[in-house]
Amino acid sequence: MEIVFVFEQVLNGLLIGAFYLLIALGLSLIFSLGGIVNLAHGAFFALGAYLTVALAPTIGFGGAFVVSPVLVGLLGLLVERFLLRRFYRGDPILGLLLTFGLAMVAEQAFRMIWGAAPVPFSIPMALRGQVIIGELIFSRYRLLILLVAAIAVLGLWLLLTRTAFGRVVRAGVQNPDMVAALGISLKPYMSAVVAIAVGLAALAGVMSAPITGVHPAMGAEILTFAFVVVVIGGLGSFWGVVAAAFIVGVVRGLAAYYVPSATEASVYLLMVLVLLLRPRGLFGERIQKFE
Amino acid sequence: MQVSRRGLLAASAIGLAAPSISYGQSDVIRIGHLTPRTGFLGPLGEYAVQAIQLAGEEINAAGGINGKRLELLMEDSVNPQTGSAKAERFVQRDKVAAIVGEINSATALAIAQVVNRERVLFVNTGANSDALRGSDCQRFMFHVEGQNSMYVKTVGRALVAKGLVRGKKYYALTADYAFGHDLLRVAKNFMGGAGGTVAGEDLIPTDLTDFSPFLLKIRQARPDLVVANLAGAQITNFLKQYSEFGLRFPVAGFGFDTALAWGAGEGNFLGTWPVMWHHMIQAPSAQAFVRAFTTKYGRPPENQAWGDYTALKLVAQAMTATRGTDGMKIVEHFEGEGRMDILKTREGYFRKRDHQLMQEAYAVTALPPAEVKNRWDIFSPGDAVPAANESLEAIAATAEENACTFR
Repeated sequence: MEIVFVFEQVLNGLLIGAFYLLIALGLSLIFSLGGIVNLAHGAFFALGAYLTVALAPTIGFGGAFVVSPVLVGLLGLLVERFLLRRFYRGDPILGLLLTFGLAMVAEQAFRMIWGAAPVPFSIPMALRGQVIIGELIFSRYRLLILLVAAIAVLGLWLLLTRTAFGRVVRAGVQNPDMVAALGISLKPYMSAVVAIAVGLAALAGVMSAPITGVHPAMGAEILTFAFVVVVIGGLGSFWGVVAAAFIVGVVRGLAAYYVPSATEASVYLLMVLVLLLRPRGLFGERIQKFE
Repeated sequence: MQVSRRGLLAASAIGLAAPSISYGQSDVIRIGHLTPRTGFLGPLGEYAVQAIQLAGEEINAAGGINGKRLELLMEDSVNPQTGSAKAERFVQRDKVAAIVGEINSATALAIAQVVNRERVLFVNTGANSDALRGSDCQRFMFHVEGQNSMYVKTVGRALVAKGLVRGKKYYALTADYAFGHDLLRVAKNFMGGAGGTVAGEDLIPTDLTDFSPFLLKIRQARPDLVVANLAGAQITNFLKQYSEFGLRFPVAGFGFDTALAWGAGEGNFLGTWPVMWHHMIQAPSAQAFVRAFTTKYGRPPENQAWGDYTALKLVAQAMTATRGTDGMKIVEHFEGEGRMDILKTREGYFRKRDHQLMQEAYAVTALPPAEVKNRWDIFSPGDAVPAANESLEAIAATAEENACTFR
């Protein structure tokens, strides 16, 4: 009997992992290509959620599901063009300060526009309910999140590995000087990468709005977790981040089962272990420009 | 790492230029307001800030205190360390006559230690822990906010009446910090004493947003009652996800704030919860407050707004009554146990023994989704506890349960 419940926690952890993944992949991409640790990533996640709440009454949850990430992606384009772009080659601490500041400005802006109290939002009627298989229970809505995350991740992977766009991005990660020497400007690629990355974060925000409180600090709450996933997975490694997201989800579920008060701590412990044993992360690659 | 000297210079110039309060004015009375405005209690802090501003404006519109204008200094208390440092600055630099506010029990204790040393009044408006009225009680600290014992006994009575305690198993989820630990202790005493047994209990980190692992555990344990000893944004997340997983066990909370239920969204609020105040109380002063707050901020006030609004009004009344701002005189005034209008049907008073405001509380029950008419009236209010013919002390901790010796 016990084993069934442990199995249930593992499956549930995988579902949560899929959700972390959407945020962590974008963080990893922006860092790999631009060398910027985007502390504002959580703000884009929160904006995705807030836009959903604002747009859903007029265009429905389905409409917000499409429009909100696109709007946030476009905002990402602007942020990249006018702010991030100035910091790719500079001291990394400057990029860090910039995005930290952006995150604070964004959080305060949410507080000013929507208030500090959580904004009410529920799962749309059509998506409510549970799937019960034997002893196991799943929220239908979370299965949908898993599906969306899987499609997004697969799409991103195909984009990075099977297209001309992806080839340039991957080359840019490894050796931007060589890419430049070949007469290719990385700037438009970087814009696109940021737009995609923050769009994915917003997508996670959209899907989070019905099941967690939509409040100003929601971005900061999720961001730390996403960072832990990136660190465990290893920089520049697509599948490393994917694996780490699922591992983090499962470890967290098991900790909640056996040592509930260590639910959050377990994940950081895992990170410390990985850093001690494999400082590059599980599947971290050696990236020349960061050595 | 490179930081340009010019940048550093500019940064320090901005830092130095920021606070420009003029001192030496004897025609104002300064009162400091501290409350968490960010983090997991931030949603409540916003109500606290809005309410105290409203109270301040009303006091000044009515001629101030003893002919002097009231000036509010308001800060984000952030955490116990920052809260304590800011309290110290309020007292030493800004010479405030009193400090009002706080929600976090750990921060309230840190502030209390500062005010007791400096002999300045502190009225706690949102920290529930019994320890603040017991082992950690301080002569200069008073509590408008109810203590955990009052919350537990109020909802406990309702649960006993519904037959959800005697011979039943409960599963408790508890916020993993000072408030939660204190509440769990009080709750276990009550539930155990009333014949309930534990089906399971988990401590929940305050920054946890995903309750699904715990919901699965609850489903496995099949309790007769789920008890939420949660705080801040945790309550919203719990409510949303409890509905998401379709669990059917009755829910009750021993700690609650209405704003967090308002934030959960349609169809997600369920169970029985305690509040010290709600916007449907029919006392004339309560409805006047609801009207003024709603006009100014476009939404009704909730229990936290009531706490800060009432606290400032009580402090102003005490200053008028004692014809000054001397901390010790106000303490003695409150200790006289005079009856005061606290925006409820019955008047309240500060109990001399532990400085807790003796007052009515309410066990509210979520309305079924079909009966919810608007965004705000999402529960049926329930009768005031204790009943009109009972002593107000009936729900407060007894001296045996929570002894206080002032230092």
